[in-house]
Amino acid sequence: MSDATEANGTAGAPEAAGSRAADGGAGGRHVRVVLVDDHRMFRTGVQAEIGQTAQTGVEVVGEAADVDQAVTVITATRPEVVLLDVHLPGGGGVEVLRRCAALMADTERPVRFLALSVSDAAEDVIGVIRGGARGYVTKTITGTDLVDSIFRVQEGDAVFSPRLAGFVLDAFASTDAPPVDEDLDRLTQREREVLRLIARGYAYKEIAKQLFISVKTVESHVSAVLRKLQLSNRHELTRWATARRLV
Amino acid sequence: MPEAASLPVDDPRPPRKLYRSSDGRWLGGVARGLAGHLGLPVIWVRLAFVGLFMAHGFGALLYAAFWFFVPLGVGGVGDQKPPSLVATETAPDGRRRLVARRPDRGQIVALLLMVIVSMVFVGSVNLSSAAKAYLLPAVLVAAGVALVWRQADNARRARWVEVGRRRRTLTLLRAAGGVLLVTAGVSAIFVMQGSAAHLGAVLQAALAVLVGITLLAGPYLVRMTQDLSEERLMRIRAQERAEVAAHVHDSVLHTLTLIQRNADNANEVRRLARAQERDLRTWLYKPEGTGKDEADEPDTVAEAVRRNAAEVEDKHGVPIEVVIVGDCPLDERTGAQMQAAREAMVNAAKYGGEGGAVQVYAEVEGRTVFVSVRDRGPGFDLDSIPADRMGVRESIIGRMERNGGTARLRSVPGGGTEVELEMERAEKTS
Repeated sequence: MSDATEANGTAGAPEAAGSRAADGGAGGRHVRVVLVDDHRMFRTGVQAEIGQTAQTGVEVVGEAADVDQAVTVITATRPEVVLLDVHLPGGGGVEVLRRCAALMADTERPVRFLALSVSDAAEDVIGVIRGGARGYVTKTITGTDLVDSIFRVQEGDAVFSPRLAGFVLDAFASTDAPPVDEDLDRLTQREREVLRLIARGYAYKEIAKQLFISVKTVESHVSAVLRKLQLSNRHELTRWATARRLV
Repeated sequence: MPEAASLPVDDPRPPRKLYRSSDGRWLGGVARGLAGHLGLPVIWVRLAFVGLFMAHGFGALLYAAFWFFVPLGVGGVGDQKPPSLVATETAPDGRRRLVARRPDRGQIVALLLMVIVSMVFVGSVNLSSAAKAYLLPAVLVAAGVALVWRQADNARRARWVEVGRRRRTLTLLRAAGGVLLVTAGVSAIFVMQGSAAHLGAVLQAALAVLVGITLLAGPYLVRMTQDLSEERLMRIRAQERAEVAAHVHDSVLHTLTLIQRNADNANEVRRLARAQERDLRTWLYKPEGTGKDEADEPDTVAEAVRRNAAEVEDKHGVPIEVVIVGDCPLDERTGAQMQAAREAMVNAAKYGGEGGAVQVYAEVEGRTVFVSVRDRGPGFDLDSIPADRMGVRESIIGRMERNGGTARLRSVPGGGTEVELEMERAEKTS
């Protein structure tokens, strides 16, 4: 699933402070991004933090504040990565994902989504991932880590914050229920180990060291988990979020 | 007499409405309500009623009229709270709790006293033997009506105060008792009028009418009660939501004010913002079944980890990210593990806080509880800790080992320190 051109040695897991040596320039990278968030203040903040194309390599080509606007802007500008707020007026981030499904599936120039949210509710987070987002980070993420995450998503990798890793481990927790589809409904021991280390705040490079595997392999494990998360029809996974809902 | 006469509650809100008092009442709460309304000691009002009762039972009629027409409220004399429509207190978690109502022994005494007074009164009044014969059925009817009315009051009270299920049978018993008493009284009157022969026919006719009315009005009544209870539920929900919102807004405003005041103290600002954020998250994404007070001791691993992280974060001003997978109840062993974890968090915040957030991960899998606390500080060498520094050695490693668990400290590739605590749960409770 991963079509990364090269393993990015300096990249770290998002939210892990200091995961990446501060890189003075963009390092020749460039990515076109659209910001979708209903809080103008937040968009302005992100723009100020990562939009210095000369330094970060990130070029913000459009902004949107609700679902309809988002679909219009994304279709018009065809960015490589969309930073998508989970909670949006007009149906939420999931609705944007649903209406941009064709753009995501495009093999030539796919539009990839990175979910961004202040929400801690597991069902929201798992919801956008199942809707097709390539990762999830919280809005407290530092600018540097956010830039990293954007490039990871651009390369086709998955971005798991520690919190998301925790949710996924929870969702795939060992149950007595027999799996419907052996390949999709279970995490392998290795995948579990990788997720655990992400949840413990390890950057990919550190995980690779810890498990004596390459960063590339770590990335492919994470992508495999993402695929399972999106494709598994496991009863637990779909009902899991509902069960956690507050009444 | 149960309550001492106290000063009238000064209620400045015009216009004052007369309510019957729902607490500390003997019968219908009329006397207490009136006393509260007029600002008289309740005992005076009661004596006045008793006196009027002597005057051809006028007091009883008056009392009944009040009971029937005056709505039940909260307040009356001796109540320091202003009369509110909700006799519950709001717990900090936004849930309303029933304020315990102490059973009043004085009420029982008073009722007995009333019965005795009535007996004396009946004995002292010279009635013709014919009238006297009617007295007992009349008393029966009155008692029945009183029981049922009192029941209706209770039903009304239950709207504000959640009454436990176990009292439901008592409620039914009371109502049934009341109906029975009234029926007995009425039948007795019929029998004494010499129409014992007709009694059967009359009862049959009455029954037929009752059945007819039930058939006609029943569905409407049922639907009405259903609608009512639904509406009530909605209202309570809305009220709770409003309470939560009010609480949150209040504390957010508070925090913003503090942040403005401490604008030049970056650490304090950060601490305040984190604490408020956490607070808000707890409100918004409270996992099911955690309607607990802050004061309560945590009783599951997840709660304990979150609580400890929050306290350490507040105290040391270093952000702590917490990820928890699974959960289980705390026992003695895991309790010790939680204390060790807390110690590890304190160390991480103190010595590794410059490296950014401390990452805490807890996992319950089967019988194993695993906690890791990781910082990205300079790291340290366990052997170089002076022997008199007991923190790590005693309160983390020692504590874990004494309770049958393991603790590992290590420097992590990429910098920082990680403490791993592993413990087997004492009993499989799930």
